[in-house]
Amino acid sequence: MLNYSLKRLASAVPTLLILITVAFFLIRIAPGGPFDSEKALPPEIEANLEAKYQLDDPLVVQYVRYLGDILMFDFGPSFHYRDWTVNELIAQGAPVSFTLGAIALVLAMLFGTTIGVWAALKQNTVADYATMSIAMIGISVPNFVMAPLLVLAFAIGLGWLPAGGWDGSVSRMVLPSIALALPMIAYIARITRGSMIEVLHSDFIRTARAKGLPEREVLVRHALKPALLPVISYLGPAAAAILTGSVVIERIFTIPGIGSHFVQGALNRDYTLVMGVVIFYGVLIIVLNYLVDLVYAWLDPRIRYDN
Amino acid sequence: MALLEVRDLTVTFDTPDGVVHAVNGLSFDLEPGQTLGIVGESGSGKTQTALAMMGLLAENGRASGSVRFRGQELLGLSTSEQTRIRGSKISMIFQDPVSALNPYMSIGEQLIEVLTHHRNLKRGPARARAIEMLRQVRISDPERRMRQYPHQLSGGMCQRIMIAMGLLCQPDLLIADEPTTALDVTVQSQINLLMGELSEKSSTAIVLITHDLGVVAGLCDKVLVMYAGEVMEMADVEPLFADPAHPYSQGLLESVPRLDREDSGILRAIPGNPPDLVSLPTGCPFRARCDYAFDACTEHPKLEPFDDDRWKRCFLESRPMPKSSEENA
Repeated sequence: MLNYSLKRLASAVPTLLILITVAFFLIRIAPGGPFDSEKALPPEIEANLEAKYQLDDPLVVQYVRYLGDILMFDFGPSFHYRDWTVNELIAQGAPVSFTLGAIALVLAMLFGTTIGVWAALKQNTVADYATMSIAMIGISVPNFVMAPLLVLAFAIGLGWLPAGGWDGSVSRMVLPSIALALPMIAYIARITRGSMIEVLHSDFIRTARAKGLPEREVLVRHALKPALLPVISYLGPAAAAILTGSVVIERIFTIPGIGSHFVQGALNRDYTLVMGVVIFYGVLIIVLNYLVDLVYAWLDPRIRYDN
Repeated sequence: MALLEVRDLTVTFDTPDGVVHAVNGLSFDLEPGQTLGIVGESGSGKTQTALAMMGLLAENGRASGSVRFRGQELLGLSTSEQTRIRGSKISMIFQDPVSALNPYMSIGEQLIEVLTHHRNLKRGPARARAIEMLRQVRISDPERRMRQYPHQLSGGMCQRIMIAMGLLCQPDLLIADEPTTALDVTVQSQINLLMGELSEKSSTAIVLITHDLGVVAGLCDKVLVMYAGEVMEMADVEPLFADPAHPYSQGLLESVPRLDREDSGILRAIPGNPPDLVSLPTGCPFRARCDYAFDACTEHPKLEPFDDDRWKRCFLESRPMPKSSEENA
């Protein structure tokens, strides 16, 4: 188990290196630069700027220097927000994004699994079909459509909740976290239903019933854990979906998280900011996937005791 | 009073292809402590008979008729009444022991929960009883096995654990559905020996479902030969093996490889396949494959007694002559 987790951890290093390299060169290939504006700068000023931010060195030199910097956890100054370092911008946005993402993930797990188990128990009834049809719609509607619809209904139409902004109050968290969670609730509900139905037809559930356990105990003690395993392994991709989703949702609800920095950074050719956010996202996803694997191994003795 | 009285048990399944008639009017008695072998080809309704008695039919399955256990009707019991009997008075073990055990729970947890549930034991005494039971089924180092998971054990060991699990509450009846089919030959005989030993020692009656006639000869008191969901022949083991009265029983016996016969040149098989259970043929269901079929067989024969407590469902007056001896001579 220890061996396994160390191996998994070591494999994260090349993944991260590839991510950094590809992102670094891609953003440089994109036309335009951080100091472009409507009116062309005089060449000597541009040269000075580039010299200040060390953009005049050959690209490979910049790349190696950047790798050295991030080893020291220094993501450099933002090119666009002149008084800010990337570290500061991320430190400022991360708690907001974390809060939003965590709420959405918890909502998705809670409602997704509950709805899924319920639909599995009502398999092939009207309730099951209705739930799964709604879930299909939930998966199909992208959250940049869902979010404005929610705003339209609950903020503008009914006036129950604010349409945007972020001040740490619950009322401002409700709409964005629901918009972020809805497609995942739908997706998790479908996975849970499918795996629960499969588990309920397996031999060991028949054994549990043959032992004379009441149906509730069969469900809770024997069926729930294996039925939730696919949901656990979905949590890695789910975290990624939350991150990409939050980029859009944060823009729509004007939430000062990292997602908005990512979009702004890319538009402004704010090389260091984009790189910082990419690496931050990358590490986050790698760590979450790693945790998911550990939880999975802990839940499934066949993996835990793999010699 | 018989321990188990099955009368006119019928099991059907609603499927998109039509109604599958898995068991058609099955009747038999089982005395306490007796061992009954139910034999027949795949699809003859053996397993569905067992599942119907346990109340474990698939959702599209329906059982009618009567199954009386110690005088109590089992069909139509409420779920809570069923759960009180299952695992406590009637236990069942299955064909594939490895997948029949929960891969996510330790052996100990799976054994202990039977006792905490049916006997209201605390974990401590339940554990002790489970370990003792594992010893009885000859599991080595039972304390360690309690902590292990099914995938860490062999198929034979898993089946021993299933047997131990079935016998934890000293049931009156153990239903074993092809308990050795998924196991290696050497392990098969060990499990059979164990079952024989346990049935002798305890007062538990056994219904052994199998297509292995050798096992039936070794373990059972009584045999019930099933075909297309019906009893073809029913008798004590010795007379049936010595002198099968139904052509189907004879065919089954002849398709067993034997070393003790001089004429064991060619192994005889019963030609053809069992009938389609969605549209059962009229008349005797075995007619199409029977060497002795004649005009009368277009009528459906009744299960009728003959000799001393023997039953057959066949119009033949005399015994079918064994064919192998004439042809292979």
